[in-house]
Amino acid sequence: MNNLLVLPMVLPLLVGILLIFLRPFVKWQRVISFATLLFTFGLSIYLLFHVQQEGIITLDFGGWSPPFGISFVGDSFSLLLTATTYFIATICSLYSFSTMGKDKENMFVYPLVHLLLAGVSGSFLTGDLFNLYVCFEVMLLASYALIVLGGERVQLREAIKYVLVNVLSSFIFLIAIAYLYGVTGTLNLAHLSVRIAEAGQPPILTTIAIVFLLVFSLKAGLLLYFWLPGAYGAPPMAIAALFGALLTKVGIYALFRFFTMLFYHEPELTHTIIAVMAIVTMVGGSIGAVAYNDLRKIVSYNVVIAVGFILSGLAIFNEAAIEGSIYYLVHDMIVKAFLFLLVGVTIYLSGTQRLERMSGMIRNYPLLGWLFFLATISLAGIPPLSGFVGKVFVAQGAIDGQAFVLLAVTLISSIFVLYSLLRIFRTVFWGETIIGTDEMVPLKTGMILPCALLGAATLALGLGAESISGIVQDAVNTLLNPQIYIDAVLNRGGA
Amino acid sequence: METMMSLLVGVLVTVATYLILSKSLLRVILGTAIMSHAVHLLIMIMGGFSGDSSAPLLGEEATSYTDALPQALILTAIVISFGVTALFLVLAYRTYRDLGTDDLTKLRGLDDDE
Repeated sequence: MNNLLVLPMVLPLLVGILLIFLRPFVKWQRVISFATLLFTFGLSIYLLFHVQQEGIITLDFGGWSPPFGISFVGDSFSLLLTATTYFIATICSLYSFSTMGKDKENMFVYPLVHLLLAGVSGSFLTGDLFNLYVCFEVMLLASYALIVLGGERVQLREAIKYVLVNVLSSFIFLIAIAYLYGVTGTLNLAHLSVRIAEAGQPPILTTIAIVFLLVFSLKAGLLLYFWLPGAYGAPPMAIAALFGALLTKVGIYALFRFFTMLFYHEPELTHTIIAVMAIVTMVGGSIGAVAYNDLRKIVSYNVVIAVGFILSGLAIFNEAAIEGSIYYLVHDMIVKAFLFLLVGVTIYLSGTQRLERMSGMIRNYPLLGWLFFLATISLAGIPPLSGFVGKVFVAQGAIDGQAFVLLAVTLISSIFVLYSLLRIFRTVFWGETIIGTDEMVPLKTGMILPCALLGAATLALGLGAESISGIVQDAVNTLLNPQIYIDAVLNRGGA
Repeated sequence: METMMSLLVGVLVTVATYLILSKSLLRVILGTAIMSHAVHLLIMIMGGFSGDSSAPLLGEEATSYTDALPQALILTAIVISFGVTALFLVLAYRTYRDLGTDDLTKLRGLDDDE
């Protein structure tokens, strides 16, 4: 039973290798990759419900008991994110079937996407520090190849910067691992948590915590988001949607794990730094989101705002705020993929990504227009939709924790999100139509269907927030009481 | 010994930072290569040195061995950074051929966005 825990990582890895050999057979690649993603999604849902009943699942590779071997740990938080990842990946692959184009599908897109997903889910599930680094690299190497696939000039230019920033942040990650190993002498996350708690987090460990904060901020785009808007503007839209929904979230996940489970003894210092970084991120993201006339830039800056929002929940660091952050994290993964896909369809139909060159598209494409409106109000957090629950909990946590500056900034940033997206809605979809009925590009079903599915998902998540509240509460409980995680990993059976 | 090695790592990081901040793409890649050496040495130091412990081979039958874990970590990190550097070099070559420059200040956005 426990062995199933490895499948969300290993299955995409094996299928990715298999797909390399099927290079000329695009149809088979599509069938196999879609089936795999759907199956893995079902499997992670099953594991998630299993964890609700039986508690945290752990798997020690090779029968070496922790902390000596590598172990995978599935708790509610990591499995919730794994399930969301595969949900989004399934839908993005559906979208890529009708948009990617034969030349790219022939050049290993599906193998690379599978390897990317193996890295992402491995990072969510691993219980070992160095294994986390390796999973990050698996994910990043696949993303380097995906960002440059097609070899257009803008892609080459942005890929150079993206690769350089990530190579550097990987080296800083290794430096942080070396320091932490030098001080504590272990790499297992649960064992690290025990050792740090025994030492009471002296200044040297707080320093290392700040180095880790730097690393994961670079990955997540917290304050250090300068590379993000350019990089997410370059690749094909199905790939950009995967990046926007998944890559920064892995950094956010790592920040949550590290600052609730390892470095929680000095919150006056570390969590205040996170708060300041979150505030600057939201302000910078809001400025970027309203400044540009380029659709892809606007949605990229919306990714940045959401990162700041989610981490302000971590900075407040009480039960309600963390709960709100987890709700918002799941919502944001779904709705960012939704937004990127809609923007991709809009750019495909209008042939431009400049706001001022589009107008009145709702007359030609009413379904697209209303789906975009749905995405807008969902992102802004209007009540029946999924963004609302997270925002309410974070706001409540901020009031409980007396963090009024953060409260103000998070709520004002919602207004900027709403403004930036309504500006797209107003200029692109309202107004005089400039596309005549004879020159109208037909909207393919394969393009709009994935968008509609994601729209349905955000509606369902908003209306049925009750249904995942048990899972989220369990995740919060595990995050705020590291002892549960430690007992599950180190003191199995006994305790 | 650890002090000397720490100084060496510091020098390597300084050189790498200087190279990464330069304009030429090739110098930047050399900078990342030197940075990788610095990081691998740092992991080695963090495992600790002691003069009389033997290489981690059980056939040596020594009383104490050096820490084997950092060596495994370094081996993994070397392979990963080797792969990334290879990709980065090819990417730089492609960029030089397609965009006709290796000057990072000329790789800005905006000019052909429009």
